[in-house]
Amino acid sequence: MIEVEHLFKKYGDLLAIQDLSFTVEKGHIWGLLGPNAAGKTTTMRILTGYLPATDGKATVAGYDIFEQANDVKRIMGYLPENVPLYPEMTVRAFLHFVAEIKQIPATKRKEAVERSISLGALESVQGRLIKNISRGFRQRVGIAQALIHDPQVLILDEPTIGLDPAQIIEIRQLIKTLKGDHTIILSTHILAEVTQTCDGVVIINEGKLMASGSLEELTASLQEKDGVFLRLREGGKEKVEHFKNIPGVDNVTIRDDGYCIEWTRGKDSRDDITRYIVDRNWGLLEMRSLAMDIEELYLRVITGRTEQ
Amino acid sequence: MSNIWAVCKKEIKSTFTSPIAYVAITVYLVLVGFFFHSLIWWFNTQSMQMAQNPYYLQQMNINQMVFSPLFHNISIILLLMIPLLTMRLFSEEKKIKTDELLYTSPISINQIILGKYFASLFVLLVMLFLTGILSSLTFVFGNPELKPILIGYLGLFLMGAAFMAVGIFFSSVTENQIVAAVLTFGSLLLFWVLNWASYSAGGIWREVLNYVSFFQHFDDMTKGILDTTDLVYYISFIFLGMFLTHSVIQSRRWR
Repeated sequence: MIEVEHLFKKYGDLLAIQDLSFTVEKGHIWGLLGPNAAGKTTTMRILTGYLPATDGKATVAGYDIFEQANDVKRIMGYLPENVPLYPEMTVRAFLHFVAEIKQIPATKRKEAVERSISLGALESVQGRLIKNISRGFRQRVGIAQALIHDPQVLILDEPTIGLDPAQIIEIRQLIKTLKGDHTIILSTHILAEVTQTCDGVVIINEGKLMASGSLEELTASLQEKDGVFLRLREGGKEKVEHFKNIPGVDNVTIRDDGYCIEWTRGKDSRDDITRYIVDRNWGLLEMRSLAMDIEELYLRVITGRTEQ
Repeated sequence: MSNIWAVCKKEIKSTFTSPIAYVAITVYLVLVGFFFHSLIWWFNTQSMQMAQNPYYLQQMNINQMVFSPLFHNISIILLLMIPLLTMRLFSEEKKIKTDELLYTSPISINQIILGKYFASLFVLLVMLFLTGILSSLTFVFGNPELKPILIGYLGLFLMGAAFMAVGIFFSSVTENQIVAAVLTFGSLLLFWVLNWASYSAGGIWREVLNYVSFFQHFDDMTKGILDTTDLVYYISFIFLGMFLTHSVIQSRRWR
């Protein structure tokens, strides 16, 4: 659905994006991650047609974003980092204006405005001036305007910024419900959001692609071993040797009053380990996976570190 | 066309929700009212004095003595007010980042520019219409010639439209509204007084300066003379303003 090939963007002498390539399949949600000034917003601005690229190619739903910009704009919704709102307009008048410039036919405009008001849960503020509503509501008006023409592709630049925890959950739910019918790229600094909503990630740093793929693929490529951390009622060094005897286990170390037991990726020794402990009545207090979480994955990709 | 109309409607609404338009139009009306009253009063006094001499009384012409100077006065007030009405058109969009919404919508830069320009022309028409009420009163109490007045208003409209083309251009150059207004005012004033330099210039320069200056083209129209040269001048000026605005917006995005 979205294909980016060897994209470059220069601002004067500054190279904001270098040789960026990635693909997002139809109906998927993809997270765009990276530190501040990594080039996330620039990438999004190029995809939405706000900025031209210096070099490279990108297509959205088969349309070239430079040659067929208007076709792309017609099927794309965009929530920029700074939500574009006219403070002196009411929420409803603003959404009506957006419906007009997104070329929704006059007969369907009212219905589209109603739908976007209900999607953004804006019923209570629809008649108020945008300058008088809270930041959370403004963010939701921004999301509502991006969805108003029911676009096939959605580009959301930090969609949950400025929202309270309950609203963040609501917006995440909303994004998840859009999955399937819409292809979505979102950028965020909240990594938990990525695991909860995204199918895959594109990680960029200093304008360069660091990694791209589904979370499982990326974890697999960065981590050779799998394992668990477990805590028993009574610890002790002597148990290390016991665990090493379990078939498949490669390595056992003591950490924080517990044991880290690792095996080669692809196998799963959890059943064997549990049975071993239960049979000996050692009292299993805690057992959790040592698989890399998104924070660790992100940091490893950004800093270029591989398996520790 | 519907895109232009959408932008135009939005701009008209924005203009009339901000206090700037009301303040500018009110000040404009107060000043025009003052000049109109002074001119009528002066014309009245003159008529009383001339009443003893039928020959001189016949020479009294309200078009020449009231309307021609009134149109000149209005043009100067427009020169002061129009920069305030056009300053926010593009600079505000840039400042509050709403340009990102416009440029990522399936709507062309030309449509955005025209929508905004037509909205400012609407404000100009409102201003001229309101002063037209004053002018029409003279038909109740006197018998001025209609045609020169209409041509005078056409001149005011065309000149105001040219001023607005300059204003919209400077608004696209900066995101600071004050800077846009000052640049617009400065360049309009320069174009206004350019013909002064023609007195000291010689040869082709005299003609060029005279042609480029607003004053020369407007002066004819206040007297009720409609010349295609003047029409061509104003329309070219408007097109140049639109073209430069388009170039600035386009080049900013490519930078």
